[in-house]
Amino acid sequence: MAKMDKDVRPEYRDWRDIPLTPICNFSTIHGNPTGSWRTFKPIVDVETCTGCSLCWQNCPDNAIFWVEDHPEIRYTHCKGCGICANECPVDAIEMELEVKV
Amino acid sequence: MSTKKVITGNYTAAYGALLCRAEVVPAYPITPQTTVVEKIAEFVATGEMESQYIKVESEHSAMAACISAALTGVRTFTATSAHGLVLMHEMLHWAAGARTPVVMANINRALAPPWSVWADHTDSMSQRDTGWLQFYCSSNQEVLDTIIMAYKVCEQPDIMLPAMVNLDAFILSHTSEVVEVPDREEVDAFLPQFDPEQILDVDDPKSFGTLAFPHSWFMEWRYKIQHAHDLAAKRLVEEARGFEKHFGRPWGGLIEEYRSRDAETILVTMSTIASTTKDVVDDLRDKGRKVGLVRPRVFRPFPRSDLREALVHAKAVGVADRSHTFGYEGPLFTEVKGAMYGADRRPPMVGFTVGIGGRDVLDTTIVGLFDRLDQVADGEEGKEVTWIDLIGPEAEVD
Amino acid sequence: MAVKKLPLPEEELIDPGHVGCLGCGGCHAMRYTLKATGPRTIISIPACCWAVMPGVYPNTCFNIPHINTAFEVTGASISGIRAALDARGKKDITVMGWAGDGGTADIGIQALSGMVERGTKAMYVMYDNEAYMNTGIQRSSATPTGAWTTTTQVGVVRDYKRAPKKNMVEIMVAHGIPYTATANIAWPRDLIAKVKKAMAVEGPSFIHIFAPCPTGWRYPPDKTLEIAKQATLAKVFPLYEVENGVYSVKTFKKEADIGEYMMRQGRFRHLTQEEIDSISKNVLLWHDKLLKLELMTKEE
Repeated sequence: MAKMDKDVRPEYRDWRDIPLTPICNFSTIHGNPTGSWRTFKPIVDVETCTGCSLCWQNCPDNAIFWVEDHPEIRYTHCKGCGICANECPVDAIEMELEVKV
Repeated sequence: MSTKKVITGNYTAAYGALLCRAEVVPAYPITPQTTVVEKIAEFVATGEMESQYIKVESEHSAMAACISAALTGVRTFTATSAHGLVLMHEMLHWAAGARTPVVMANINRALAPPWSVWADHTDSMSQRDTGWLQFYCSSNQEVLDTIIMAYKVCEQPDIMLPAMVNLDAFILSHTSEVVEVPDREEVDAFLPQFDPEQILDVDDPKSFGTLAFPHSWFMEWRYKIQHAHDLAAKRLVEEARGFEKHFGRPWGGLIEEYRSRDAETILVTMSTIASTTKDVVDDLRDKGRKVGLVRPRVFRPFPRSDLREALVHAKAVGVADRSHTFGYEGPLFTEVKGAMYGADRRPPMVGFTVGIGGRDVLDTTIVGLFDRLDQVADGEEGKEVTWIDLIGPEAEVD
Repeated sequence: MAVKKLPLPEEELIDPGHVGCLGCGGCHAMRYTLKATGPRTIISIPACCWAVMPGVYPNTCFNIPHINTAFEVTGASISGIRAALDARGKKDITVMGWAGDGGTADIGIQALSGMVERGTKAMYVMYDNEAYMNTGIQRSSATPTGAWTTTTQVGVVRDYKRAPKKNMVEIMVAHGIPYTATANIAWPRDLIAKVKKAMAVEGPSFIHIFAPCPTGWRYPPDKTLEIAKQATLAKVFPLYEVENGVYSVKTFKKEADIGEYMMRQGRFRHLTQEEIDSISKNVLLWHDKLLKLELMTKEE
């Protein structure tokens, strides 16, 4: 459900407070956590991981952090496309069906 | 110190862009606007005008370039006419919606087919919904002064709307008149550099023009445009006082009332038909007829209350349109009638569609209009809308 | 062996949370391009997938200044932005137009042509998902021969797209553009190098990025990079650049089969072997011609 702008900018009472035109500088990091889109969830086996960083390079959603020598999935935003798992040369990432409560 | 020059309306518009220091001028040639952009090219080549002149490949691109340049934070100017204007139609809406104070000289010319290069207001009238301010000039001096006033008002942070300065094809665009041209320092002192707050800036990145849902502010953004027009109507009057003080000549108000306060019959018309009408009014007044002219100088924002005040006492009002909205009547007629709807008294009104495709509107033609208004004032039955100087009688459709 | 230093620039100029489809190749294209241009970039985007992807007001995924424009105006918009920056003496800013194949090869071609002809210092990137994807997979002039789209449906008449793919890079070469190149999201370092070359041009540049679309091409979203790779290795999307009229073509030892490349995508699955062979022939003819162009222009 799209957030009402009032939820994001509670200080906007009405037309008098909004900017002249739609000018956006509110990041989608906070504004649109796309993790809710997932059907499959990538799970990283750090032991198998060789640290090649291909998953970090290949993520279209910028949903992988590279932490020292291995990936960490940004689950708030990962859409579960599976590219990371598909491209991993050692199959260190598995796509698991996510059960949503 | 200003200099008196004898220059065409088009050259005057070019001087307007020069004196207002337009920084980016994207333009495309079209008869009879060409000498505007040629003059600007000359100014740029001689170094008189420090401007980025983009020789765009169409008018649609001209307006697109104006909008993006304005959002990057600079003063923009362009000029066009007829087909160029209507080609830009999509982007005219965009310029207003994006709240960019682009100023454009539009040479009013007829639309094809058949091809015509002569004076006709269909081009700008068909754009009256776009959210642009619209001015109709009846002299070359007014063209220059209106360009200055347009920037002055439109660049204010709570206005930020584009403005169209209209002048008739050939009658003004290619006709030389005496114009008092102020010098740059005079204009600089009246018109500061354009310095908008929200721009495309690598040091403060933002996204402009993104998608908006129905529930979240779209309607409010449109309301803000209407509100800005309401503010502009007031500001034009306020800044006109400042203009007169500064330049030593009046700009005028939203409308011009010429001997109309005590007139019995009044003709409402714009641009050069209005300038001819002034001579006719003087002649008829000499003969004892109580006639007058009311000339809207500003068409958008529409001067509803000024017109009500100016017309409420008349015995008959005629509105002469140099365009026609097919399927109905002349747009100025419709809007003036609409303005009078809420007035204390509604004088009888008739509409005249004149000068279409540049057909000459002579002083004798206008005398004929006043004669017709005498009949209307006497309560004689007649047509509500008449096409003037039409070859052949108008048809009755049962 | 864990990487000591990440092989691509680390700075991310788009935030996650944009609404691109799962596996969208256009996302890779944007992410890599911005890694090349850096933060001193102004981006102008017309109607296309990327018009919607940054999100709905008040959200944006961009960390660079960004303007949305009408569909056909990208070339004119970036001309206006560059002129405005020049007017105020603002330097060292990359002005980039970012448009889809429809907004470039069809409705946007006039404004692009104008911008290039005028010698505007701006970079134009066409990310190519080979149809009007944002409006629901309608054909564009960049749709390849053989493809199903919603406006070139197969049916009984077999009305799939017959016309050849319009070659925008060649059109740019015909304009005498100083630098133009094709790039593929499966070769990010090559893409980044080409974007950097384009940025350095004191004039116009044009980059054509191959951006597979799982939604429109009908394949599972995790296969985007595989398919991108296959396209170039099968010579369907050759990687080449043209610098002041001189062609440089990247050739590969590894080859892929055109038929295999096409059959794994739902949009081609209706094709007969005969039709595939005919398409193959034209693909190889063009690739041959490119190699000849390289020889010829390098000799001059």
